[in-house]
Amino acid sequence: MSRPRVAARLAPYLLALPAWLWLVIFFVVPTFVMLSMSTQTGDIVSGFQQTFRWRNYVDGWDRYHVQFIRSALYGLIATTACLLIAYPVAYWIAFRGGRHKASLLFLLLLPFFVSFVIRTQSWNFMLADNGIILSPLKHWGIVGESFEILATPAAVIGGLTYNFLPFMVLPIYVALERVDPALLDASADLYATKRAAFMRVVFPLSLPGVFAGVLLTFVPATADYVNAAILGGTNTTMIGNIIQTEFFTNLNYPMASTLSFILMAGLLIGVFAYARALGTEDVFGAVAGR
Amino acid sequence: MSDLPKRDDLPADFLRGLMSPRISRRRALQLGGLSALSMTLAACGVKGSGGGGAAQPSSAVQSSAQSFWESQKKTGNLDFANWPLYIDASDTNKNDHPSIDTFTQQTGIKVKYSEVIQENASFFGKIQPQLAAGQSIGYDIIVITNGIYLDKLMELGYLTPLDQAMMKNFYANAGSVVKNPSYDKGNQFTMAWQSGITGIGYDPKRVGKEITSWQDLQDPELKGKVGMFGDTQDLPNSALLAVGVKPEESTEADWQKAADWLKKQRNAGLVRKYYEQDYITPLSKGDIWASMAWSGDIYQANASGASLKFVVPDEGAVIFTDNMCIPKKSAHPLDAMTYMDFVYQPKIAAVLAESIQYITPVPGAQAVMKQDAAAATGEDKAALEDLATSPLIFPTAQDAARLHRYRVLTPTEETKWNSIFEPIYQS
Repeated sequence: MSRPRVAARLAPYLLALPAWLWLVIFFVVPTFVMLSMSTQTGDIVSGFQQTFRWRNYVDGWDRYHVQFIRSALYGLIATTACLLIAYPVAYWIAFRGGRHKASLLFLLLLPFFVSFVIRTQSWNFMLADNGIILSPLKHWGIVGESFEILATPAAVIGGLTYNFLPFMVLPIYVALERVDPALLDASADLYATKRAAFMRVVFPLSLPGVFAGVLLTFVPATADYVNAAILGGTNTTMIGNIIQTEFFTNLNYPMASTLSFILMAGLLIGVFAYARALGTEDVFGAVAGR
Repeated sequence: MSDLPKRDDLPADFLRGLMSPRISRRRALQLGGLSALSMTLAACGVKGSGGGGAAQPSSAVQSSAQSFWESQKKTGNLDFANWPLYIDASDTNKNDHPSIDTFTQQTGIKVKYSEVIQENASFFGKIQPQLAAGQSIGYDIIVITNGIYLDKLMELGYLTPLDQAMMKNFYANAGSVVKNPSYDKGNQFTMAWQSGITGIGYDPKRVGKEITSWQDLQDPELKGKVGMFGDTQDLPNSALLAVGVKPEESTEADWQKAADWLKKQRNAGLVRKYYEQDYITPLSKGDIWASMAWSGDIYQANASGASLKFVVPDEGAVIFTDNMCIPKKSAHPLDAMTYMDFVYQPKIAAVLAESIQYITPVPGAQAVMKQDAAAATGEDKAALEDLATSPLIFPTAQDAARLHRYRVLTPTEETKWNSIFEPIYQS
C-alpha cells in the first residue's frame, strides 16, 4: 500500500476531526456531566454526591409538571401560529418575489441583527397598559380601561411567535423555492384548478420545509425562558424559567439537570413521534438543508 | 462546578442587566448631579434567608485572628469587588470614584475597583469552588447581603476575621443598625456597606389614596395592578409581617399562614407579576400601581422624574444590609481593613450616601450632607437638601422601630421554607 492512498483514506476523517472534537468536548461531555449531576444529592455548601437517586426525576415531574405541560402547550400554539403566518409569506416570496427575493429575505432577517432580549423588551414598552398601542385604543373605547396584554399568556405566546417566526419562514421558503414552476403549468394542462394544484402538488413538495420549520420553532419555543420572564406574569412560568431559577438562584444543580433531561426526553419523544406520524423518510435531510 | 453546561440562550446576569433600567439611572445622575445605583444591587435579597452567626466561638476566632493580623503588612494595593453603580462616580468619568481617589491620596493604597457582583447566589456559586480549594479569589473586599450566602461564607470559614483594633472609625461612627448585627455578632467578619428597606412603593395618583399597610396590597381595587417580588427572601419575610408575625421568631405554622396570605392575593388576580428586579419601570409607567419595592430604587426613580411614594408599612418591613468582608487568602488584607474603616468617616460616608441613596451605615453623614447642601447652589442645593433629609437614607426613629431582619434558617428549615414559598411565585 502506498503512502498517498493511506492519506487519501484518512483525509475525510481528519477533516471531520475538528467537528467531532467540538461535539465531544462541548456536547457529549457536558451531557454526561449533567446526566451524572441529575441523580446526585446534596447542596452547594457541602457539595453534591453521586447517590444514583433516580427519584429526582419523579420529584421533578411532581413539582413542575404544570410548567412542563404549559411549556409544551405554549410551544404548540406558537408553532401553529408561526406556521399559519409563515407559509403565506414564504409562498409569496418564493413565487411572487421575482428579482426582489434577496431583499425580501434580508428584510425578514433584519430584526435578527438586534438582540433577542432587546426585541422582546421593546414589546414590553409597546404593549404597556398606557403605552403607545393600548392608550389610543382605550381612549377611543375600543378596549376597556382595564384591558391589558402584558403579563398574560397571550403576551408570552405572542412573544414566542414573533421571536421564532423566521425559523419557520426560511425552511418553508427553501422548500418552495425548489418547486419547479413548470409543475404548476403541467397541473393546469391536466385541468387541475389552482387550488387542486396547490393542495396536490405544491403543498406536498413543501412538506419537508414545513417539517423542518416546525422542529426549528417548536423545540426552542418550548424551552424558551426569555419571553416568559419579560412578558409573562403570574401563571405563565415556563419550564425554562424554572430551570434557570434552579441553576442560577437556588444553585440546585441536580434539580436543574433533572428538569433539563426531562425536557430533553420529552422533546425527543415528541419529535420522533411527529417524524413517524408525518411519514417522510428524508425529513431529517430537510432539517439538514438537503 | 463552573464548567457545568449552561443553557445556551443567554446568561441570566446578562438578561437581568438588560432588564434593569440603567439608562434612566444614568439620566438621573446627569439631571440631579447625583450618581445612581443599578437595580441589580437590589438583587440583594434574592434567595434563602437568615443571618446566622459564625460557627466558631468568638474568642477562638479572635485569638487566631490576632496572630494573623500581626503578621500582615501594607502592600499598597487593594482589589475591591462590588455591585454595579454602588459607589460615587465623578460627573465626567463614571469610572472615576472620588471617594477612592481620596483614599489613595491619604493612604497611598491603589484600588482596583470591579463591579462584578450581580447577585448573591450566582456570585457565591462563582467563588465557592476556589474558596473550597483554598485558593485566592483575587478580591480583598467583597460585598454580600446578609442572608443565606453570607451565613454560608461565615460558617464554611471562607472569610477572614476582621482586625477589631483597626475599626476605630467604625466603632466611633457606625449606626446602631449595623453595629453588632444579628447575623454577625460583634462584627467579627463584616462591616456594612449600605442598607435598604423592602417596603411598598406606589403611585399615589393612580392608587388614589394613601397606602399604609401590607393589607392594602389585598385591596380588590388594585386587581392586576400589584407587583410582588419573586424570591424566597423578601417575599416570605414581608408576608410574615403582613400576617402579623415577626419573621425572626416565625414558626412553620406561621410560614403556612404567610403563604396562604400570598396565595389569596395571587388567586384573587391582584398580582400582575412576581418581579425579580425589573419592577420599577412598570411602576413608573403605570402597568402596576403598587409594588413591593426597595427604598433606594424609589428615591432614584423620583430623582429621574417619577412621583412615587415609598412606605414602611404599619406592620413593619425587612431591612437588608450589604456587607464588606475579606475572603480567605486575600492578598492584601491589611489594605482591605484600612479601606473598610476609612469609609466610616462621616465625610466619606456622606460622599457615598449622596451618590448611592440607600441607607448609610453612618448616621453622622447627615450633618455633613446638610453642610454640603447649605454650601451648594441652584439645582444641586435642592437635591442635596432633599437627600440630607430623606427618610429613605436616614430612616426616622418611628420607621426604624418597625424594621426586621430576615428569618435565619437551618438547612432543613430552608428546604421546607423554599417548598412552601417557591410555588407561589413560580406558578
